[in-house]
Amino acid sequence: MTGTDPSLPDGVERREFDGDERLSTRGEPVYGEPTNGEWRAWDAGRSKLGGMLELGMDTGLSGDETVLYLGAANGTTVSHVADFAGPTYAVEFSPRPVRDLLDACEPRPNLFPLLKDARRPETYAHVVEADCDVLVQDVATRGQADVAVRNRRFLADDGRLLLAVKARSEDVAAAPDAVFDEVLSDLRSTYEVLETRPLDRFHEDHLGVVATPR
Amino acid sequence: MNRRRERMCMTTDDADLPGDVSRAWFAAGDGESPADRVRDGDAEAPADWPALAVESGFAADEDDYYATLREATVEATRAEVDERERADDRQLLHAVRAMDDAERVANELAERVSEWAGTLFPDAGTGIEGCRELAERDPDGPAEERVVSLATRVAEIDGESGELEAFIESRAPIAAPNLSALAGPVLAARLISLAGGLETLAKKPSGTLQVLGAEDALFAHLRGHGSSPKHGVIYTHEYVRGTRPEDRGSASRALAGKLTIAARIDHYSGDYRPELEAELDERMRTIRARAEADGGGSE
Repeated sequence: MTGTDPSLPDGVERREFDGDERLSTRGEPVYGEPTNGEWRAWDAGRSKLGGMLELGMDTGLSGDETVLYLGAANGTTVSHVADFAGPTYAVEFSPRPVRDLLDACEPRPNLFPLLKDARRPETYAHVVEADCDVLVQDVATRGQADVAVRNRRFLADDGRLLLAVKARSEDVAAAPDAVFDEVLSDLRSTYEVLETRPLDRFHEDHLGVVATPR
Repeated sequence: MNRRRERMCMTTDDADLPGDVSRAWFAAGDGESPADRVRDGDAEAPADWPALAVESGFAADEDDYYATLREATVEATRAEVDERERADDRQLLHAVRAMDDAERVANELAERVSEWAGTLFPDAGTGIEGCRELAERDPDGPAEERVVSLATRVAEIDGESGELEAFIESRAPIAAPNLSALAGPVLAARLISLAGGLETLAKKPSGTLQVLGAEDALFAHLRGHGSSPKHGVIYTHEYVRGTRPEDRGSASRALAGKLTIAARIDHYSGDYRPELEAELDERMRTIRARAEADGGGSE
């Protein structure tokens, strides 16, 4: 088989698109991305999780997981996640991008959209199931560590947190590294941090974090 | 499935799975659809909802559960998106104009009431407060009846203006989250109203936004009378009003620049970017530091 890579979950493969080998998943196109047969390119420059996979971070993803995705925005990344994962809960706070997210949900029976505030998990704990395998977080808000801590309740004890920290959302004036240190130290109250990697190649001033509950 | 249902009936009181089923999205009450419950329900902690739904007989099996969940979440989300977007810029534009009208009319009528009431009640107060107090009185005779009735209307119109302001404060952050965060909801609504809508505001250059509401001064300047206005309605913003006069030009230019970006993000993307506010704060710190460097206060 072309393009299978042990670090990638089942359902994510490197395939040729216009002569370039790129990450891809199998599903209906969402945002006009290039396709190759049933496969559609997953643009790491538009997706922090894509960037983490492209950099070879050990996400622990194997495919078919139950996923809670915080900060789904217009559904670019979460649509790829739903292509390879099991039940996928997509939480987004702004109504406008959710319009596009609803379009991405259309052909995906395992993708559940929720117009909710990720800082208030009690407003969706009656919908999202306990013991999710993966918590993906990409929210542009101050207090990103706090959001991850509050949403720990959804994650199985051996689950994974896949977090993209955006330095500029915490403090535009501070040096990104100082911001990352602070976020990681807040995170360690609840999580054991397994791996961190700057995502600069794809996303400026972002840090990719893999963690598991303490 | 039938056997499962029976088992469920026997175990409703002592469910063997942890979690409070009564909180679940699928435990909708009378007259409430599962989609309503997705939208308005809550629970402190999640539970194994798929298993609980099957156990309680709500779903035949896990596949059935997820199919129903998807239907309910899509329906709930679509309905809420539609509803929240109806709280759009047009509604704000009307609300802020109505609020200004109500305030102006209340003040005009209050003047009339004071003048008239002075001839009948020697101790009558003035302004809207005076009207509130008059509205409580027992009128004696037809003339007093008219005055008290008019005073009651003034108090009501003033109350409506307050309600309109509360409406703007709750809706502006939805229609224009970034602009509201930077300008405050009422100023955000005023800018949208002066421009004629969020889209037109988003398409205006920052220099135009800066002087929105100062059209008289701007056109006087263009005709060759007087200096160009430094600020329009954004004068009400603390970052302009609270900056010393010689730095107000820089302050309004910086503020207008960020407000323009905020309006564009609100119109074209709609997601909230807290870093904008931080960037503005940072810029204003620099501008205000000039006053300290000159050894003076900010006033």
